[in-house]
Amino acid sequence: MAATEAMRAPLRAGVRGGFTAVLLLACVVGFAATLPEDLAELMYHSYDGGGVQVTGPALSLRKSFASDFSASATHYVDSISSASIDVVTSASPYTERREELGVGLDWVQGDSLMSVGYIRSEESDYESDTWALSVAQDFFGGMSTLTLGYVRGDDLVSRVDTDFEDEVERNNYQLSWSQVLTSRIVASLDYEAILETGFLNNPYRSARILGAQIPERYPRARNSHTVALRGIGMVAEATSLELGYRWYRDTWQVQAHTLEAAAARRITPRLSAELTYRYTTQDAASFYADDFDAEFEFMARDKELSTFDSHTLGARLTWDFGARLGPLSRSSVSLGYDLIRFDYDDFTDIRNGELYGFDSHVFQVWFGGWF
Amino acid sequence: MRRRAAQLLLLSICIAASGCAAPRPWVAPFEREALADPLMSFSRNALMDKHRQHVFDVREGGRGATDGGGGGCGCN
Repeated sequence: MAATEAMRAPLRAGVRGGFTAVLLLACVVGFAATLPEDLAELMYHSYDGGGVQVTGPALSLRKSFASDFSASATHYVDSISSASIDVVTSASPYTERREELGVGLDWVQGDSLMSVGYIRSEESDYESDTWALSVAQDFFGGMSTLTLGYVRGDDLVSRVDTDFEDEVERNNYQLSWSQVLTSRIVASLDYEAILETGFLNNPYRSARILGAQIPERYPRARNSHTVALRGIGMVAEATSLELGYRWYRDTWQVQAHTLEAAAARRITPRLSAELTYRYTTQDAASFYADDFDAEFEFMARDKELSTFDSHTLGARLTWDFGARLGPLSRSSVSLGYDLIRFDYDDFTDIRNGELYGFDSHVFQVWFGGWF
Repeated sequence: MRRRAAQLLLLSICIAASGCAAPRPWVAPFEREALADPLMSFSRNALMDKHRQHVFDVREGGRGATDGGGGGCGCN
């Protein structure tokens, strides 16, 4: 893993230099930005795949005040029931609950939108505190928007069956440029660097040496670069088409390519439909193996770090009620479904020796009211 | 000669000045009806998209450059 350590210094220097240049760019005068709309949201979500079921509600409320500010609060719950292949081959099925509480404040000043946020996430063996700061600046009469973001995370990792505890520090640097190309096409270029240090593996998971299970061993640092290019255009009357590509690379030698396409159409003035397709292909981490033939300094058998392909087909319907409903000036309902297929190239199901793969089903029911 | 030098100076000033000017919007406000349509938003439902992205983030090695930020999850 010497190569991993050697790659960290130039990455940090590159991030620092690019960040300074962008801060200088942000001094250019632009035009007025806008606050998000006042909105109350309620969502029920469900995931079922690979022996894992995750369900729960999500609540979000956003309200503007003092003409220049908007405050938001979000509560999100995951009720998890897991008998995944990792669990059934090395432990016992379990249930647990994750709760996430987030608050945010946005401030618009002329052509700039400044946002701060905090998220607290708790589960029985993982606690996370995340702070976020971003500035979005419009230029050239709203033709271009530059967004700079910084996210800091401090996590506490533990085990429910021992007194094991360790920490993770995360620093995310985000840079985004959105550009109006024509009266019907918008493009966006996004970059994010994520620098993580600490205990980065799952304390329950095992690697294998000639079939025998031993605790995984990960490096205590992981730095990644992600670049995404997206475009969306109004290709016909009330019909938009979105295309996107994302490239990911990190110092563990994981590399991923993601392609996304979405078509959205307003079928009637109140009913919209959306179809999406997403494809991801990923190369494994340098210290990943399904079954090691000897002991190494770092060893992983996490299928998230393996070589795999994934296809996702999704659909969403949105019905806008239009008229006033009680205190709400407008309200809307959305139903979403995604079918996700994972096929692993170097992760076997040790119960039968065959390469592993599974289907997942994601359901969402969302209600939103504007006031 | 002096006149040519003055013309060159004027031309240089024009080029320098045009280089400093901010580009004018090439899509006028009255031409932005399609751009303002909700169908033209990259995220047409932020809460649903955040949850969907979270589903991918906890099952893939790749992450970042999306709207789905948030707290940790050891979901297996």
